[in-house]
This record gives sequence, structure tokens and C-alpha cells, in this order.
Amino acid sequence: MNLSEQRPEHKISIRGLSDREFFYGHKACPGCGGSLALRLALKVLGERSYAVVPAGCMSAVGFIFPQMAFGCNAIISTFPGTASMLSGIAAGARALGIEDFHAVGFAGDGGTADIGLQALSGAIDRHDKIIYICYDNEAYMNTGVQKSGLTPSGARTTTSPAGKRLRGAVTRKKPMFEIVAAHGIDYAATASVGHPLDYLRKLEHARTVEGTSYLHVFAPCPVGWGHETAETIAVAKNAVDCGLWYLAAYEDGKFVLNHNPGEFGSIRDYLFGQNRFRHLQEQDVSDIEAQRDAKWARIRREWSH
Amino acid sequence: MERETKAFLSGNEAVARAVRLARPQVIAAYPITPQTTVIERLAEMVEEESLKSEYLHVESEHSALSACIGASAVGARTFTATSSQGLLYMAECLHYASGGRFPIVMMNANRSVALPWNIYGDQRDSLSLLDCGWIQAYAEDAQESLDLVLQAYAIAEHPEVLTPMMINLDGFVITHTYELVNVPGQREIDFFLPPFNTTNKMDFDSPRSLAFTAGPAYNQAFKQLQHLAMVKASKVIGDVEERFGRLVGRNYPGLIESLYCEDAEYIIVTLGSVAGTIRPVIEKLRSGGERVGLVRIRYMRPFPDAEIRRALAGAAAVGVLEKDISFGFEGTVFTNVSSALMRAQVVPPRLLNFVGGLGGKDISAADIELIFKRLKKSEPGETVEFI
Repeated sequence: MNLSEQRPEHKISIRGLSDREFFYGHKACPGCGGSLALRLALKVLGERSYAVVPAGCMSAVGFIFPQMAFGCNAIISTFPGTASMLSGIAAGARALGIEDFHAVGFAGDGGTADIGLQALSGAIDRHDKIIYICYDNEAYMNTGVQKSGLTPSGARTTTSPAGKRLRGAVTRKKPMFEIVAAHGIDYAATASVGHPLDYLRKLEHARTVEGTSYLHVFAPCPVGWGHETAETIAVAKNAVDCGLWYLAAYEDGKFVLNHNPGEFGSIRDYLFGQNRFRHLQEQDVSDIEAQRDAKWARIRREWSH
Repeated sequence: MERETKAFLSGNEAVARAVRLARPQVIAAYPITPQTTVIERLAEMVEEESLKSEYLHVESEHSALSACIGASAVGARTFTATSSQGLLYMAECLHYASGGRFPIVMMNANRSVALPWNIYGDQRDSLSLLDCGWIQAYAEDAQESLDLVLQAYAIAEHPEVLTPMMINLDGFVITHTYELVNVPGQREIDFFLPPFNTTNKMDFDSPRSLAFTAGPAYNQAFKQLQHLAMVKASKVIGDVEERFGRLVGRNYPGLIESLYCEDAEYIIVTLGSVAGTIRPVIEKLRSGGERVGLVRIRYMRPFPDAEIRRALAGAAAVGVLEKDISFGFEGTVFTNVSSALMRAQVVPPRLLNFVGGLGGKDISAADIELIFKRLKKSEPGETVEFI
């Protein structure tokens, strides 16, 4: 399946999206991919949402008393506690007889893949009816661009500097999508703010899932990545085109690739369009290319597409 | 169980019975010795449907309290229990729950804190978290543990308090000791404790943001309100105990219990189960003509400063006996008692600190007699003495 194909159940469209704003008037930076991920998700999930946002960029810009940016119910959780608070909210609402609601979390990459992984694992294990959205900007941006478990190889951050010995992050990005799938999660998908229709459809599907949904949204950060604020969407699209990000879904034990590029776009253009990668040498680019090719060979072999 | 019954219960089982009577909507459970039998009994009650609660098997104590905060934030009554390392692992959420004014009720089985590892009882776990904004009560036996859980919901959920409450049971000595316990009837408790009703919640009729950020211009005002609510809790505890006494038939003496303090020259101040060891020693010494007494602190927060001053005003010597030490200084209870006395400059001629029972070390009747002997000696010794 590719992006142009529509499943018959998909009714959502960009044009048909609600005019109502549930995340508005916040203080996010210009070109912020994360805030776009929140804004779009809440348009799909609507007013009967309990939004849980851990300590991080989106809580820092959205909950500054007395100026609250959420039009729906919202709460900041502890940094490790996004999923556990979602579980508590869902259990509490269920016990009180509240019907027709979404308990939805918006955690960053560090809040998901590092400090929040334990609680997320527990919630998936319980099949709690929650929607967990990871907006992935590939570092701890709120504290000033430190390396997280989802920072890609070679990326320069303030804690993985590009120097004489090391050229940026030496770890690889944790495969969060496959980690949650390995739990036998009810529904998981990757998405990108550069492909909003795909993201909206996945949100639309997540709202109907009787169990845990996990959406991993690629969300560029102009401040941390070093690109122009107007380029957020283009950078996100390029990541998918060059194969460093991918659009896929997991349900009923099966992986499905939603977008299978015939020919990859230029990894070099993607990397050197961002300050965080400009220090990379030819060998580094070749290594990243080799990692990409190995991953895609496996995806194409094992996932349906 | 409509009417009151008598049952042979451990402290943990008494707590589980009380939780069932209180009808919490969400229970988050994670095992740790010596708390575990509480969540085991609750799991059985939920399974047999004698308790209708959402029972969450969470993956850590941090998640246990985080889930309770989430449930409380939509207006549910919640319960969890922990001990020692688990309480420390929750520390972030302890401050979060009190700052967000979520009236969660939690049992803590007082247990030593590693290192060295030890599963036995002392009070370093909860006393090291005295400043996290929770009401802290210390039970002496299984009956008081049961009654405190029921009273805790009424106190914590009071609209002028809205502060979470921790009920502390000495590990093993209370949690695992079986006693004959009066279990109130469901009808009385339903009358004593109506369903939780709060405006401090997320609501679809009136959406709001909770647990927000407050910068320098507003932050202190929230903290001050939190402090005033805790101060207010002192009065509410008395009111709740009075109502509980009327409806259930057991009376409690407020923030402290004092024994013979009206004429006592030598008084031990303590908290928890060791009071049960002290009582017969006092009776024995008094029958020999010695004027000795006891203050059992029932609540460490809010702290009973006025009550303690009144009880100790006529004493010649006071010894604070506690299962806790703030390394390099003195016991935390001693610090609190000393401060309460200094506030009104009611200082007994001798004020000594006895630290004992760490890691479950036995405190015997002979130890108590030794403490009274030390109090009677006129020469100054070390302020802090390990027994």
C-alpha cells in the first residue's frame, strides 16, 4: 500500500478537518514540528479528550498559569509518568461511568524511549485503552538539545558534541516502533508531520482501537536541528524520501509498510541541510547509508507492502 | 458485611478491609515486602467482586502513584500501598500529588532503607519524606490502622484540606501481627464516608488544565495555600475523629495521645508500635511510685506543636525515642519536638534523643526502663544516644 491508496474506511481529509483548535496560543518556537503533531491530533480526537503531556517542550509552552493553551482537558504528568497517568485517567473515567472519551498522551522522544519506557511498557502489557503519541524531535530539546535514545547516529547535540574524537552521537536510534510492536500492542504506527494525511488517518484509526495505540510522529525541530523555520515540513518529507524515516503500521501481529519509495532521495541533501549533521565526513555518510539499506532490506523482506 | 463484625486480622489485612469499606474506584498495586499482603487481599476482593474497583497491576511504585494521580484528576477515589525503597522511588510523585491537591490515600509499611539491605521495620523511609506535603499518621496496632484508613479519606478529601494522606504501619510488628479487630459495617461507613466529590478535576462540561506551570509571580501563592490547607487539617482531623466516634463507636485523641502527662516528671515521646512496649513499663514504674508518662505522636504532619507543648509543660525530663536518624545531627522527630517547644520557650530541663529499632533491632521493656533511668540522671550526657 502507498500513500495514494485509500482504505475504504478512511473518511478523513485535510479539507474536512475541524476548524476548532484545542492547542492554540501556546509559546512553541516558530516551525515547531511537535506542536503541529499535537494540534492535528486533537482536531481528530476532539473535545472529549484528556490530554496528558509530561515535562518537556509541549508542557513548557502550553500550561503557563494563568495562560492555558489547551481547549480540552489537559494535565502535565511527571517526566516518566505519561503512560501511567494515562492508565490512571482511563481507569478512573471508566470506574466513574464516563463514556466516549480519549485518554491521549503526547511525550517527546526522551520522555518515551528513555525515562518513560517502563510505564509505556506496562500500559501496553495491560492493553489499557489509551493513545500514546511520541513526537520525535530526536533530542531533549526543552533543556537545550541533549542526546536522547532516539537521537540518530552522527547527530551533534550539546551532550554529543562533534569534536576531534567523536563526530556526534555514537548510538543508533532505538527502534521504538518495533519495541512497542514486540509487546503485541493493539495498534502501532509511525507517521510524520510532513505527511499529515497519513498521520490523520492513523489517528482516526487509533480512536477506534479497543486497547493501546502508539503513534510515533517524526517532528523536526528547527532550533535543535539547525534548519530554517519554514523548512520543517520539507525536512520531514525529505527524511521519508531518503529512507531515514519510514511510514508503517502494526496491528494483529502484522507489520505493514505504508510508503515504499521506489528510489531513495539523497541522504547527503537531507543530512547537510541541517546544522546538526554538517560536521559529518564521507565515511560517516556511507555508514548511515549502509545502516539505512540494511534496515530497508529487512523491512521489505519481513513487512507487507 | 452490613453490620460490625470481629475478625482476627493482621495489620495489612485490617488495612485491606478498611479499603474495601471505603470503596475506592481505582487501586494501583505494586508488591514490596512487608506491604504485599495488602494488595494480595485487595486483588482477591476485586476478583470475588466484594470490592468493585479498577485494579491496575502497575510496573513500579512511581507508576502506582502516577496512576492514582491520573485517576484522582478525573474525580476517582484511589488507594495504593508501598514501603521503604518503593516509597523513595515514588518521591517525585509524592510531591506531585500534594502539589496538585489530589487526596490519594496510601498505606506505607515502615521499613528500613538500603544500604545495608534490610526488610525489617524502622521509620527512616517515611520520616525522610516528611516534607513532601502529605498528611502523615502513625498507627500503633491493627485496629487503629483500619480506623485511620477510613478517617484518612474523610480528612484528605475535605474541601478545605484536599491533601493526600499516608498511613504508616511499623513493618512486621503491625503489618504481620494478628489481632482481634472490630470491622465496621458497610452501612455505617457509607454514611460516614459518602462518595468522593470534587471540583479539582478534569471535566468535559468545563474543560481545564491541571498540574500546570506557575512561574515566580504565582508559584509561592500555590505553596502557601498548600501549607494553609495542611494547617487546616489539624482541626479537620479532630472533627473527623469526633464524627467517626459518634458513628462507629471508637474514639481517638487527635494528633497525639498522652498518658499520665498531667503529673509525669519523666516522659517518653515516640510514635508507632513501640508505644505498646512502653505502656506496661509505665504501669509498672508508676505502681512503684514513679511519675512517668508517655506521649504517642499520631500525626507527624500536620505537626501537633501546641499539643506537645501542653503535654510536656510540667516535665523534668523528656526523651524522644524514634526509629530514625538524620545522620550527623539527631532524629527527625526530636528536631520537630524541639522546635515545637522552642517556639513557645517551653523547654524541659532535660531533653534527650534516643535512637533505636533501626533495621528491626528489638526495643525491649528493659531498654525502656533504661531510658527512664537516663532521664532521671542529672548529669548531662550525649543528646543523641543509640539504644
